[in-house]
Amino acid sequence: MIKAKINGKDIEVKEGTSILDAARVANVKIPTLCKHEDLEATGGCGLCIVKVKGSNKILRACTTEITEGMEVITHDPEIVAVRRSVLELIMSNHPKDCLTCARNQNCELQRLAAEFGIRENHFPNVLNSRKHKRDNSAKGICIDTSKCIQCGRCVQVCQKVQDVWALSFLKRGIKTYLSAAGDIDLKDSPCVNCGQCSAHCPVGAIVEHDETREAWNALSDEKKYCVVQFAPAVRVAIGEAFGYPVGKNLTGKLTSALYALGFNAVFDTNTGADLTILEEASEFKHRLTNGGVLPLITSCCPAWVDFVEKNHGDMLDHISSAKSPHEMVGVLAKTYYAQKHNIDPKDIFVVSVMPCTAKKYEIGRDKDMSASGYPDVDLVLTTREIARMIKQAGIDFNNLEDRKGDDILSAYTGAATIFGATGGVMEAALRTAYNLVTGAELKDVNFKKVRGLKGIKEAKVDVNGTEVRVAVAHGLGNVDALMKKIKKAKAEGKELPYHFVEVMACQGGCVAGGGQPYGVTDELRTLRAKGLYKEDEHAEIRCSHNNPAIKKLYADYLGAPLSEKAHHLLHTHYTKRNKYQK
Amino acid sequence: MAKLINDIKEKFNKQYANIDKRIVVCGGTGCIAGGSQQVYEAFQKEYKKRGLPYTVEITDGCREHSTYISKSGCQGFCAQGPLVSVGDIFYTKVKVSDVEEIVEKTVMKGEVIDRLLYVNPTDQKHCKTLKDIPFYQKQHRILLADCGKINPEDINEYIAHGGYEGLAKALEKGQQFVIDEMKTSGLRGRGGAGFPTWLKWDLTRKPQSKVKYMICNGDEGDPGAYMDRSLLEGNPHSVVEGMIIAGFAIGATRGFFYIRAEYPLAIERVQKAIDACYKKGLLGKNILGSGFSYDLEIRFGAGAFVCGEETALITSIEGNRGTPRPKPPFPAVKGLWGKPTSINNVETLANVPYIMTKGGAWYASMGSGKSTGTKVFAMTGKVKNTGLIEVPLGITVKEVVYDIGGGPLHGDKVKAVQTGGPSGGVIDGDHFHMPITYESLQEIGSIMGSGGLIVMDETDCMVDIAKFYLEFCVDESCGKCSPCRIGGYQLLGYLNKITDGTAKEEDLQKIEEIATAMKRASLCALGQTAPNPVLSTLKFFRHEYDEHIKDKRCHTGKCKNLAKFEITDKCVGCGMCKKACPVGAISGEIRQKHSIDQSKCIKCGQCFNTCKLKAIIRG
Repeated sequence: MIKAKINGKDIEVKEGTSILDAARVANVKIPTLCKHEDLEATGGCGLCIVKVKGSNKILRACTTEITEGMEVITHDPEIVAVRRSVLELIMSNHPKDCLTCARNQNCELQRLAAEFGIRENHFPNVLNSRKHKRDNSAKGICIDTSKCIQCGRCVQVCQKVQDVWALSFLKRGIKTYLSAAGDIDLKDSPCVNCGQCSAHCPVGAIVEHDETREAWNALSDEKKYCVVQFAPAVRVAIGEAFGYPVGKNLTGKLTSALYALGFNAVFDTNTGADLTILEEASEFKHRLTNGGVLPLITSCCPAWVDFVEKNHGDMLDHISSAKSPHEMVGVLAKTYYAQKHNIDPKDIFVVSVMPCTAKKYEIGRDKDMSASGYPDVDLVLTTREIARMIKQAGIDFNNLEDRKGDDILSAYTGAATIFGATGGVMEAALRTAYNLVTGAELKDVNFKKVRGLKGIKEAKVDVNGTEVRVAVAHGLGNVDALMKKIKKAKAEGKELPYHFVEVMACQGGCVAGGGQPYGVTDELRTLRAKGLYKEDEHAEIRCSHNNPAIKKLYADYLGAPLSEKAHHLLHTHYTKRNKYQK
Repeated sequence: MAKLINDIKEKFNKQYANIDKRIVVCGGTGCIAGGSQQVYEAFQKEYKKRGLPYTVEITDGCREHSTYISKSGCQGFCAQGPLVSVGDIFYTKVKVSDVEEIVEKTVMKGEVIDRLLYVNPTDQKHCKTLKDIPFYQKQHRILLADCGKINPEDINEYIAHGGYEGLAKALEKGQQFVIDEMKTSGLRGRGGAGFPTWLKWDLTRKPQSKVKYMICNGDEGDPGAYMDRSLLEGNPHSVVEGMIIAGFAIGATRGFFYIRAEYPLAIERVQKAIDACYKKGLLGKNILGSGFSYDLEIRFGAGAFVCGEETALITSIEGNRGTPRPKPPFPAVKGLWGKPTSINNVETLANVPYIMTKGGAWYASMGSGKSTGTKVFAMTGKVKNTGLIEVPLGITVKEVVYDIGGGPLHGDKVKAVQTGGPSGGVIDGDHFHMPITYESLQEIGSIMGSGGLIVMDETDCMVDIAKFYLEFCVDESCGKCSPCRIGGYQLLGYLNKITDGTAKEEDLQKIEEIATAMKRASLCALGQTAPNPVLSTLKFFRHEYDEHIKDKRCHTGKCKNLAKFEITDKCVGCGMCKKACPVGAISGEIRQKHSIDQSKCIKCGQCFNTCKLKAIIRG
């Protein structure tokens, strides 16, 4: 531990702590626009400057480690004046069209300008000094470089955290601008639409594709029968937009709000999650007992699917052919539900509310996504978009009565709800796979080793005397090591390191997806996940195969897991793709 | 260890004994541009034609009484190139057509051709040898001494001149000896900041790490500076030797030369030097049987100025976009690929072999106070003798400009001297008596920098000069940190306003604000020092800024948008100006006073320069 002083106050922090983090211990929040706790400090913005007592030198709080006995001064007239100048310089190179910006009232630069009480444009506008480029080519996210403040968070998250390498800075100096590498369109780049860039952008330079207007149009179209579903991770994050504590599970209120928006039916993606587990666990059992290709790797995450198609084309036979949960709910809405309620599927408009920007891409990724002859899902809205719609409609979210969703397509188990956190799919699959292989029920359904925020988690499970090795990775940057390990074992003909692998593109899993409310940190990831695990813990039924709704679905409509009908509606194919499309 | 070196020396001297005469043609870039390569070839042709024995390489096969026709590195007197010396006789501005006469008269008969000698402009005396020339007299050439003499591509000649003795000594006496000698020498970083070299090495030596790196920073980028290029081209082995000794001192396993790709000749010569070292066992495994193993290779810089900043350079070698990283951690702790790394400038390293052989105390005997030894400067601008000079630190600006530089090129006054390149500042006439040291330059608001030295006279506009340097920094800013990226551009905008005549007095306040933000909050030295030329000219030449802002006038005429030309009553109507005007802005009958149509005038100044009667004034 290091003992030091911040503004005269004694503090004690771990060795290696930056001044920026140490200051928080002393209840000082030093302003910064480039440092994010998920990312390495780069010292880019120049706002977090501090001094050390006895020296006139200026240090960056984000990159300087606090050392024993250091006496840090976080504000004096000069520091504040320089910070103000730097902020004014940044503003001189940023549009002032806050009213029409997606980040209005949610922008880190706007907040600082307010805090610094900036009342004029102190320096002339130099916005035209660099290339402005709007890139709306990708399905999930769009870039407006005119708003970019070159903090570098998106580039770092794309390259270092996600290992995707779609974004980079081009040119230098004042001409520096953000773009897909090589100045190509984002859709032709290695981008997988994970949206982590937008989640980390401090301003409105990268945002999700806003499709709320399409949703309003569908809702006001009398011919359309609008149904909506929402993902596990949405229920524990939506509350942040309405002042609830982080991680509060608001399934009932959200369902109620969706009805209030005018949807004819509200389903729960969790039902799809239970169904996915039945299909995937059956696939796993089949492969395990018939000498199939192992390890089986999960496929619920569309950014991961896009990533594996672009980067590991030799691993596609490992990926579970099961569709992601919301696609399953979508296709059942247009088949099972349509038949049951005698609605023409062409009139059904399925909206998925997702924590994710890649889901916007997924719904059109190939023809399998239209298994009924119509798109399984017509529109994907992120958590941020649905929150805006609820506010636009003036719905008093906080005072809504809890409601339940429609039909059996909204009944779920604890196993389904934990899909939203990293390791959740694996845990849910193990609960059912155990039953499928052994015919018995687990005494303890908790697999705590696959929970938590460690980048790669491994566990061994005894299934009737067979040791099943599993691994969970989240954050695409953690995938490479896993793939290498598997490929190496395969190439050398050695025993496979794993039988079953879960991959989620975003750190922490869907709770911290690219479409979730802004400001994600590990603390938020943990709290949101906690909300899900709490629901699982208290759930009456905690294993997907015991969900009566699922049993009924198979009995009434699908037959059995992996049946021909199930295959047709609930499974897909993968194609090796080029990293660059041109 | 020294035996191998000695053997090479003896062998070379034996071979060299067959050489009667030596013709050295300067192969520096300036002379090459002036045609020295053709002169070099013409000498060979002339010898062949006359059937005289000559050689271009010292080998066993040298015939008796041969002439050694060799190229050298830059000899520094670039304004007078191509330079050719025959024995002691020093010829300037030699052309291919002079070669026959030189061979006929000087080589065969020992006669001196007066026409080709340098004439001292102060006393009109012909200077027969280098020593007679004032440009060289006040210099103290250590690094550049061999640069102008030996064949840079011949390792044997370098060794015969005492090369690699320093390395042998270092390897024999150990790391501590090297560090101690460096400490005694007081050598400080010649890249500009002046950090003690021994300390940098000691800090890199201390961390426990199996892998450490040594880097030679050859990313010279200051406008008008070419010290490093000349050293790399003229005496590459001195830098290679410095690199090996440095690598040994810090315990490195591998070293990199980072040389900008625009220096192809330097790259070629350093590569040849490295190859030669591998052949002689001076690089690779178990160097000179010492047990020390070390590899060297070259990495090319793509031409970004900021890559001369050590952390940006490291990032560039790692294969990433060349942007700086914050310090701490310093490279000595966490450098290239996260390993302890020492980065030293070319000139710093070139000093090392001399310090090893002659001792730190010898080195410290030169210079002044904490600024020991010599410094190489590239002197350019409004001075009679431009070129590469090496002077002991502590020499005054006046001595450099007047004694070595020969004084102002035109007129009788030097207005200011700029040092430190775009990160530096100006020294005004009142401070010419000031000795040049790291401390004194910093005190006055400039820096030593890598050694650019630009002389300015009354025809230079100081606002324009500041703008020139700032423009360079704005262009070269990497864009990573906002104070430098946006601040520099905004600052330039205000300077443009000043030179356009649209600035207001309160803009000076904004300039100050931006300059402070840049100096205090920029990530690396590029941004932190970019406002220096502005602040320094504001400090010493505030009246020129006032002239632009208040009077909307630039008395030098450099700021075109402020210039206004008028014809006075002195005009006799000769019509010369009318002819010279490229846009037909001047009208008037012959023998009548002419006038300028201001709406057409493009302020090129042709009329002003043409008028013999000085009837045109520039306002």
